[in-house]
Amino acid sequence: MRMTRASTEKSRSQQVIERRDFQLLLDALMAKGYRLIGPRARDGALVYDEIAAVADLPVGLTDEQERGTYRLKAGDPERLFGCGLGPHSWKKYLYPPELRLWQAQRQNGNMTIVPEPHAPERLALIGMRACEIQALAVLDKVLLGGAYVDRAYQAQREQVLVVAVNCGRAGKTCFCASMNSGPRASTGFDLALTEVLERDRHYFVVESGSKVGADVLSAVPTSPALEADLQKANAIIEQTAGQMGRSLDTHRLQEMLYASTESPVWDEVAARCLTCGNCTLVCPTCFCTTVEDYTDLTGETGSRVRRWDSCFTMDFSYIVGGHVRASARARYRQWMMHKLATWKDQFGTSGCVGCGRCITWCPVGIDITEEAQTIRAQNEAKQDTGTRRKKTS
Amino acid sequence: MQRKSRPKLAIWKFASCDGCQLSLLDCEDALLAVADAVEIAYFPEATRTVVKGPYDLSLVEGSITTQHDAERIHRVRRASKVLVTIGACATAGGIQALRNFKDVKTLTSLVYATPKYIETLSKSTPIADHVFVDFELRGCPINKAQLVEVIIAYLDGRKPNTPHYSVCMECKRRGTPCVMVAAGTPCLGPVTQAGCGALCPAYQRGCYGCFGPSESPNTRAISEQWKAMGKTPQELVQVFRTFNAYADAFRKESDVHEG
Ligand code: SF4
Ligand code: SF4
Ligand code: SF4
Ligand code: SF4
Repeated sequence: MRMTRASTEKSRSQQVIERRDFQLLLDALMAKGYRLIGPRARDGALVYDEIAAVADLPVGLTDEQERGTYRLKAGDPERLFGCGLGPHSWKKYLYPPELRLWQAQRQNGNMTIVPEPHAPERLALIGMRACEIQALAVLDKVLLGGAYVDRAYQAQREQVLVVAVNCGRAGKTCFCASMNSGPRASTGFDLALTEVLERDRHYFVVESGSKVGADVLSAVPTSPALEADLQKANAIIEQTAGQMGRSLDTHRLQEMLYASTESPVWDEVAARCLTCGNCTLVCPTCFCTTVEDYTDLTGETGSRVRRWDSCFTMDFSYIVGGHVRASARARYRQWMMHKLATWKDQFGTSGCVGCGRCITWCPVGIDITEEAQTIRAQNEAKQDTGTRRKKTS
Repeated sequence: MQRKSRPKLAIWKFASCDGCQLSLLDCEDALLAVADAVEIAYFPEATRTVVKGPYDLSLVEGSITTQHDAERIHRVRRASKVLVTIGACATAGGIQALRNFKDVKTLTSLVYATPKYIETLSKSTPIADHVFVDFELRGCPINKAQLVEVIIAYLDGRKPNTPHYSVCMECKRRGTPCVMVAAGTPCLGPVTQAGCGALCPAYQRGCYGCFGPSESPNTRAISEQWKAMGKTPQELVQVFRTFNAYADAFRKESDVHEG
């Protein structure tokens, strides 16, 4: 059967890379001076780390996720991107867990500040999912959008090339469809791939989203995507959208949360919550850090180090006189309120992109979508009794 | 502020295995810098030279298990301007505090051929139960980088950067996939204080709780999760009764499951 060539404006920018040529895409990126970061299987999970070859990818693997549990397992033997999200997020490359901000030197009784060079590398981030692209957009707002710009983040952000992958499968803790952040990558990438694996053919439909992306692509053997290829890619993404393991009804959620500051829900979660901080550290948008000052044994050098922090630590809310959020109840409430309510007032977006990491990687499986549903149910019940009372009076 | 004096450092041993003091000797390069910054005035493990007290900074290892030591610790306190306890023995009673859960007479008769020669207190207790302690450095053994940090902080009159939050914080910063979640391996990290750098999870082991309870340990919740992972109440008792068995949060949790 003869295929007609795709004719719409959008599809004209779409190409096909055959699986046998996929290494050439990686080679082209390396030839342009990019260090490649991508998904790899390590210690029983998918992590982001340096890659150079197709064989470094989690070929043939997939995952099984639920609240508080994650298992890597065998999937389609040939598939390159069959694993969903793991515990890492890309923020570790743009906003590292630990960063020295400056050093200080004592010289002739004076203190000299030695600034940190923050030399960013050209990084190609391979396999970024739609929700993760949205998470970067959220981080951009937080770290670049206000009066104080995070210089280290900015410098690294400018050196990043994004090779997105449209999800071919949703995990049981995914809810990007509820948060309008996936599963299709529609913006914020240089290249976006959809992996199509058939019995006799394995290929990628590639969309370039930037001039740089198009340049890279021109160095790789491609063929124009046919209408049938595009349809297949679309069908894959649509199927994924229908597979979301979780959902979050955001309608009026913000006001419901604000009306629930004293809800017994918080006590109930606090009984289970370990205040361990895992949810905030796996969250791709949480940006809180602490700053620690060090001196050395000679007394001649000092340094200031920034580390990922969490609103679940006691010191996070320590001010003169004590800890503002000493109870687990107050700390869980802060986390959930910030993600789903106060973030909107602060930055104009949701703080949650629906990646599901906080659900999977909570050691006791506390589920933000379930807690939000409980809050909703309580609010609706309250309203019901409210209207009933009005009717009877 | 420029450092002028070279404060006198003393290192004392009570009931312990010496592992924590050895952490100092194990500091290699840093040890020479320590010896430059402070005068090592009393450190029988390393040198026979004894400089007379009082001492500016005393590091105390070990727990109190005998009447003799219960008296000696007061003399150490009197001779020390600042007293820092180091290690699980000094801060929580150590592994030897397992005796606290049993009758000590029964134990001595089981262990020693002639129990009447044994003079011991019924409980192994942390130093802070006996004298005022300026700072406690946790760990079994302590982390040598944290020890050096405490010494520098003392020299500069600042607060040491030794956090009280969970091991999970270090584990995540290090990028280790959680062993609880990814392998179903029980881990005490969520209720244990950071300080080791999340060493065990990096080698796919669960945390053993060497650094004692974290700042807000929800031991009940972690026990429930461990039970769901198949641990029996007897196993839970053992999990909480190790090097920090007598630390409040761990002791209470182990008692719950003994019932
Ligand atoms: S709050 Fe949870 S689901 Fe939402 S973005 Fe953060 S980790 Fe993902
Ligand atoms: S949820 Fe907590 S850790 Fe995350 S950004 Fe908000 S305050 Fe920071
Ligand atoms: S919600 Fe879960 S991951 Fe977050 S602090 Fe509580 S126990 Fe830890
Ligand atoms: S492996 Fe242990 S210490 Fe690390 S995050 Fe999981 S529960 Fe916490």
